[in-house]
Amino acid sequence: MSAEQTRKLIALAAIWITLLLAPYWMVPLGGYTALATRVLVLGLAAMSLNFLLGFTGVLSFGHAAYFGLGAYGAGLTLKFLALSTPLALVAGMLLGGVCGALLGTLIVRRRGVYFAMVTIAFGQVFYYIAFQWSSLTGGDDGLRGFSRQPIDLGLFKLDILSDPNNFYYFVLFCFALAAGTMGFILRSPFGRTMIAIRENERRSRFLGIPVERHIWIAFTLSCFFMGFAGALYALVNNFADPRGLHYSQSGDFVMMAVMGGMRSFWGPLLGAAVFVVLQDYLSSITVNWMSFVGLLFVLVVLFFPRGLLGFIQRSKA
Amino acid sequence: MNVLEIKNVTKRFGNLVAVRDVSLDVAKGELCAIIGPNGAGKTTFFNLISGFFPPTSGAIAFDGRAITKLATHERVRLGMARTFQITEIFPELTVFENVRIAAEVAGGYRLRPWINRSESEQIHRNVEDTLKLVSLETKTDRLVGELAHGDQRAAEIAMALALKPHLLLLDEPTAGMGDQETYHITQLIRRLHRDSNYTIVLIEHDMRVVFHLADRICVLDQGRMLAQGTPQEIAANETVQAAYLGIAT
Repeated sequence: MSAEQTRKLIALAAIWITLLLAPYWMVPLGGYTALATRVLVLGLAAMSLNFLLGFTGVLSFGHAAYFGLGAYGAGLTLKFLALSTPLALVAGMLLGGVCGALLGTLIVRRRGVYFAMVTIAFGQVFYYIAFQWSSLTGGDDGLRGFSRQPIDLGLFKLDILSDPNNFYYFVLFCFALAAGTMGFILRSPFGRTMIAIRENERRSRFLGIPVERHIWIAFTLSCFFMGFAGALYALVNNFADPRGLHYSQSGDFVMMAVMGGMRSFWGPLLGAAVFVVLQDYLSSITVNWMSFVGLLFVLVVLFFPRGLLGFIQRSKA
Repeated sequence: MNVLEIKNVTKRFGNLVAVRDVSLDVAKGELCAIIGPNGAGKTTFFNLISGFFPPTSGAIAFDGRAITKLATHERVRLGMARTFQITEIFPELTVFENVRIAAEVAGGYRLRPWINRSESEQIHRNVEDTLKLVSLETKTDRLVGELAHGDQRAAEIAMALALKPHLLLLDEPTAGMGDQETYHITQLIRRLHRDSNYTIVLIEHDMRVVFHLADRICVLDQGRMLAQGTPQEIAANETVQAAYLGIAT
């Protein structure tokens, strides 16, 4: 094994150990377990966006739509269909993913700023639907009246509602599944075509890659992951918020990805951690917490163009 | 048998006729060079062959199959590979990774979310053989963007070769090169043609390279095919001398 492979393996082990032990080190540091859970879920969303942004080189500014759709999909399932947490997760993922797949066919021919604009426009459509269709979605008040259900493991039921640690580990398990799948795809021949498109679209085309079709697949996969993250978010809050579909939420995800480092797989998770922890801490001090996060974002973009993780990696190497 | 049959293609951009009623047949194993002054329509002609855009009129057949309306990636799948006047590579990937993407696409794995060990080894061998062919085997782990210009051109050719093409289109392979690099690329193309029997169409400005390599030379001028023939015929052709060679030499 080469030195670089060893280093990667150690870094990977460190990440997973940190995540596995989060409830035990966050509380003594003044945090709380539910905060770690939020970091995981929003981190997964940022990683899903980055699957497209960082590895296919396509910027979607409306990805909150598929996140929000996932949340509503999960919430509506729990409220009206069945009291099953796994079913709610699958339903949320499918709703986000299928909508993404359908709209993706219209979006993928656009490039650059036009791509971003079209994704915002379609995203806002879902926002207004959630906002206006009060009878189903609860409108401006959001969707209430559901809660995450115990997980039936056959031998016993796992209570994820009242025990924050249990819920954290349930979310971590879901996160691991999604992140593992993403990592697996990125290391496959298909994943390499995504990176090829990011690096040089013309060359990719002239290597025989139907670029639009590959971007569509990447977009759709990214929306499935996004829907999954959104469904988890609905479980975190026992609530689905129309603002979760809004383009400002999309902006937050882009910010997390860029701040953490969009060329690295784990960067967006770090970005989400910084974002969520800062938000949690600062919003208890000032209502203008966003100005501080914004300032940090500007500093990171100016001084660490590869993001926080990119900077850490570079200074180690 | 002809690999490429181009019949009366014309390409208009608004009022400009970039390529006017050009026909060309390229036989299997042949090396055909396209020359002509700047703005003669050489690259437009190449773009028509490789499917960058469709011709306004005319027909193109590849291996006996009509491809006039096919998209770029479909032509590549049929066995057509090209390089560009300005090198098109994946600068932030290593030499190996650049060529591996080409080899995996050519192997039909592009949509696969996994690759098994024996397939992966097959791809590795394929990539290594290709890199040996273009003499980049000692630089496999270097980032392509950090290589010298000549090596980047060689890497681009390696990507095209990894596609195992029946037809190789090279747009000014020696553009921007010094004498030493030009010599190496010329030798490489010669090997590909003589030893590996590739069918090659190339655009080239350097007349030494053209006369050294080509079986046949086509002269384009103002979008028209001015003349075509063996290097000897072209060198002796008075129209060509007046239009082009006289200026170049």
